[in-house]
Amino acid sequence: MISQRRLERRPKARSLLDAKILAVAALESFRKLDPRWQFRNPVMFVCEVGALVTLAFFVRDLRTGGPAGFDFAISMWLWFTVVFANFAEAVAEGRGKAQADFLRRTKTETKGRRVVDGREEVVSATLLRTGDVVRVVAGELIPVDGEVTRGAASVDESAITGESAPVIREAGGDRSAVTGGTRVLSDEILIVVTSNPGETFLDRMIALVEGAKRQKTPNEIALSILLAGLTIIFVIAVATLSPYSIYAGTAQSVTVLIALLVCLIPTTIGGLLSAIGIAGMDRVLQRNVLAMSGRSVEAAGDVDTLLLDKTGTITLGNRHATEIVVAPGVERSAAVRAGYLSSLPDETPEGRSIVALAETEGAAGKADGSTFVPFSAYTRMSGVDLAGGESIRKGAPDSIRAWVRERGGNDSGILAQEVESIARAGGTPLLLAQDATILAVIHLKDILKPAMRERFDRMRKMGIHTIMITGDNPLTASTIARESGVDDFLAEATPQTKMALIKREQQAGRLVAMTGDGTNDAPALAQADVGVAMNSGTQAAKEAANMVDLDSDPTKLIEIVEIGKQLLMTRGALTTFSIANDVAKYFAILPAMFVTAYPAMQALNIMHLTTPQSAILSAVIFNALIIVALIPLALRGVAYRPLGANAVLRINVLVYGIGGLLIPFIGIKLIDMLLAALHLA
Amino acid sequence: MTIVGWLQTAVFLGIVLLLTKPLGAYMAKVFEGERTLLSPVLAPIERATYRVCGIHPGKEMSAVAYLLATLAFSLVGFGYLFVLLQTQKWLPLNPQHFDNFSADNAFNIAASFMANTNWQFYSGENSMSYLSQMAGLAWHNFVSAGAGIAIAIAVIRGVARSGFATLGNFWVDITRAVLYVLLPICVVGGLFLCWQGVPQNFHPYQNVVSLEGFAQTITGGPMASQEVIKELGTNGGGFVNANSASPNENPTPFSNLFELVLIFLIGAGLTYTYGRYVKDQRQGWALFAAMAILFVAGFSVAYAAEAAGNPLVHHLGVAGPNMEGKECRFGVPASALFATVTTDTSCGAVNAMHDSFLPLGGLVPLADMQLGEIAFGGVGTGLYGMILFVVLTVFIAGLMVGRTPEYLGKKIERREVQLAMLGALVLPVLALIPVALSVLVPAGTATLSNGGPHGFSELLYGFSSTTENNGSAFAGLGGNLYFNILMGCVMILGRFTFLIPAMLLAGSLAAKVRVPATAGTFTTHSPIFIGLLLGTIIIVGALTFFPADALGPIVEHLLMLQGKVF
Repeated sequence: MISQRRLERRPKARSLLDAKILAVAALESFRKLDPRWQFRNPVMFVCEVGALVTLAFFVRDLRTGGPAGFDFAISMWLWFTVVFANFAEAVAEGRGKAQADFLRRTKTETKGRRVVDGREEVVSATLLRTGDVVRVVAGELIPVDGEVTRGAASVDESAITGESAPVIREAGGDRSAVTGGTRVLSDEILIVVTSNPGETFLDRMIALVEGAKRQKTPNEIALSILLAGLTIIFVIAVATLSPYSIYAGTAQSVTVLIALLVCLIPTTIGGLLSAIGIAGMDRVLQRNVLAMSGRSVEAAGDVDTLLLDKTGTITLGNRHATEIVVAPGVERSAAVRAGYLSSLPDETPEGRSIVALAETEGAAGKADGSTFVPFSAYTRMSGVDLAGGESIRKGAPDSIRAWVRERGGNDSGILAQEVESIARAGGTPLLLAQDATILAVIHLKDILKPAMRERFDRMRKMGIHTIMITGDNPLTASTIARESGVDDFLAEATPQTKMALIKREQQAGRLVAMTGDGTNDAPALAQADVGVAMNSGTQAAKEAANMVDLDSDPTKLIEIVEIGKQLLMTRGALTTFSIANDVAKYFAILPAMFVTAYPAMQALNIMHLTTPQSAILSAVIFNALIIVALIPLALRGVAYRPLGANAVLRINVLVYGIGGLLIPFIGIKLIDMLLAALHLA
Repeated sequence: MTIVGWLQTAVFLGIVLLLTKPLGAYMAKVFEGERTLLSPVLAPIERATYRVCGIHPGKEMSAVAYLLATLAFSLVGFGYLFVLLQTQKWLPLNPQHFDNFSADNAFNIAASFMANTNWQFYSGENSMSYLSQMAGLAWHNFVSAGAGIAIAIAVIRGVARSGFATLGNFWVDITRAVLYVLLPICVVGGLFLCWQGVPQNFHPYQNVVSLEGFAQTITGGPMASQEVIKELGTNGGGFVNANSASPNENPTPFSNLFELVLIFLIGAGLTYTYGRYVKDQRQGWALFAAMAILFVAGFSVAYAAEAAGNPLVHHLGVAGPNMEGKECRFGVPASALFATVTTDTSCGAVNAMHDSFLPLGGLVPLADMQLGEIAFGGVGTGLYGMILFVVLTVFIAGLMVGRTPEYLGKKIERREVQLAMLGALVLPVLALIPVALSVLVPAGTATLSNGGPHGFSELLYGFSSTTENNGSAFAGLGGNLYFNILMGCVMILGRFTFLIPAMLLAGSLAAKVRVPATAGTFTTHSPIFIGLLLGTIIIVGALTFFPADALGPIVEHLLMLQGKVF
């Protein structure tokens, strides 16, 4: 029997500190103590080795009567430092794992009706292969990914998108893709299977959110190198301090040297680095965008040029025919009927709106034996060839005029004024012609999306150049561009001009992002540095893109850019904070080390920490606790403000640079006071 | 501190500032092969040099080829000086009949001059023939400086070029650096010094009886010609042991000011050249500003410490600044100024005994070197050292604005960070580890002239100086086999292990396509960026050396305040 079960909605956002995730993460953070796991992260590996060595000294001191209590305290806090870092990573991973678990439940065994030579057979979804045709009726689960070839249906995609509102999936056009695991709510559709089991969208999605294939992104690698380099410098500085202190007659214990080393190496950013990356991917997913790699999210932060399709992004998707202006000397009813006939088989919203408009003027009936000529981005027109041999075409004015000329007709000047005034008003003029005669111009009206101007202003402040892509003529395009506030436009766009634009921008050193849904967008999506395909779009577009927007909302690209920037900012801010912290730690630990041999060193104890032991221990404890304190920041990302780079730099230097210098002085002092109050050191 | 003290420094910095633009613009022209005022005289010599040496001036080199040419050139020069020093006894121009140097001493000297260090485990007037001085040491003073400028120009081209595989031709760049930049200034400068009273002759030393009736030997020799390149090329190796404290090398206040200006001249000028190359003078001035701030800060501390004087001496009823180890002719401000200038660059010439500075006064030259000698810096080396720091700063700061960091349109990615970090590792590895070794082996501490923290400072200073190719010294390190070999190696490694990442970084930057600047790119000439750059330099330097310095000058200072000296 074909599954009829109700679908659960995929939970999108989770609270930052979901109790269940925290519990799993707590356990996981001890499992990650495995040195083979730590080895990938040189900073934390050094920390763990330090914890191990100090533990050995504790055991030795127990036998020989050394300062076992101090060794034990240092060792324990070093272990905590590693565990806290593991915990940060585990929490970040936990959020992805929770999503993956949910998706896996969705991926239960389903069946489908395979259509072979007109006969139907019910088979397991695992037996369906690319190219098979499947019929899905209302109430059934769509067994695999596919493309609708006939019919239209409302589909519940909440299992994947988390959005409860059903969406329309229909044959033809750019809303033809369906995803396995979603459910048909009404009507029935025939779909062609587009992916084999194991390679479906759901499979890829599970792998991605689980982070199973997570690789370090280029910027993360560069930062890791910086952190590893700093770690080496501090290992040298601390290791050479041992002979120096012997020469100065104040030999230091290994425990104290390790405490100093761990405080100096950038454990704060080192411990949170992978959590920041995973959380960035998770934030993208919370916005219902599936990024195929962390690299693409990072690249989004670097985008210089944003190509936005006019339709759906800047204007509401559906343009409506509002008026038919008939050419002089043409009978109105004939023109309306031609428009009606040419749009009947046209499944696009525009086509349907023309049919509806024509029906109000009395058009009716069917044209038997006619063949539909679908719209293509190359011809930029569509129409029908009637049984009687006549051809009707509607489309972009210049294309129609050329078509009429080819048939020996006269196109000069006819309706030119009307076409221009429609364009000037920001509408789309559609010329209608039958064979060699231009019949009428249809006014398709664009409706601007609200609040786009603010968004473009924000982009401009961030240094991003926005370009509207439209098939409209330059006049219409410039009106809409002006009204919406977009920086620039590409009118009468064809796949080639779009591709050329992307290449030109890239050659000038700019990073280009774009959204797309149609098959003819695929090459451009692949060429762009960040390509976001609509989930409703065709399979080809989804495969060419490096992100898929499950909500099919083209404005999402703007949010993705912001998330990418936030990701890098969080890394930079915590790196700065981590390095700036070291100053205070020096002032805590160095006087503590040498004050016995050189009482004059007390002058450097500017925090007036109680005893040498309490000073060292306070610094180590601060170093461990700051990781925990910053986990929410690492997962949420630093506050993003749409300001120019110089302003952002000033704010972040102030908060994380100067803050990073001062906060540890306060923190270490407070911990020291607490230790002294509790008589612990 | 006195108004006059500050005024001298202001005048000095003012002169440097005035000369930066003309010299910088001139160098930009020279290295792009454009016609200059001196071309009618020098161009035929330049062409003849290429013909004789078989150099094809149009043939550009990749970063690796440029690097190999530099290394090969240095190696040959090293071998030549090594042999010369061990054969000077049998060669002409040796009126004092000085003996040959021992092999380990010759190794140290050859390494020292080849690496533009001029660390001197010898006393010039008692051991070095005129031929060795002129054909050996002065040769290296010119070409090691010329090589430094050539490399700086190659690194500048790396930043400025977009989509290039090459950085210029080493042989052409070094020829032009010596012929068009160093030689003309040295000819004029040498004459100026002669006028001020610096000897320039081939006579044997003169034995005279002074007015007090004591017999005295007055050294002579071709000093003025050596002196001018010693400063201009930030070499620092004195003709005589007393270096610029000697009245023969530095006779008047004018010669002192002149020598100070020469030390900063090319380093400062290169910041302007840099602005020319990257077609944005503000970038060059930003580097100049960062360098000038470092210099002024260092000088202020040194001057304040020395002018305040030693509290222990004050307790004895002797008021006044710390005059120990200083030439009375120069006094405290000019001595503090010279010490700061000579260690802000890789010069190492001295007009006072750094070892006799108070602990904080001595900390300044030490810290200057530990920060990498980038306040104008050694000829060439200062600029590319600064660029390495710029790359690190841009990387950290750039992340904070939410973009892959870029510097002048070049994305700073994995390879650039890797190379900049390699460069940053040179100093701690070469300066700290040999000090650790030296305190552990008997030979390392055998010759120290002081105990306690001050003795430790002598070692720390010595290895900071040799790693950074400075050449100035505290006291206490004897030219024994241990130090000859160890420091010789440190000087060679200090020069080349830093040069290699710098050149490769330049190669990597040259190949990159420039990204146009947008509102999302932060400016790298703003005060906040200069502040960040300084913060990075100071924090990285301080974090690396604070523990070591704490056991040296810092604790010595604290102990002095408590009445304990070493």
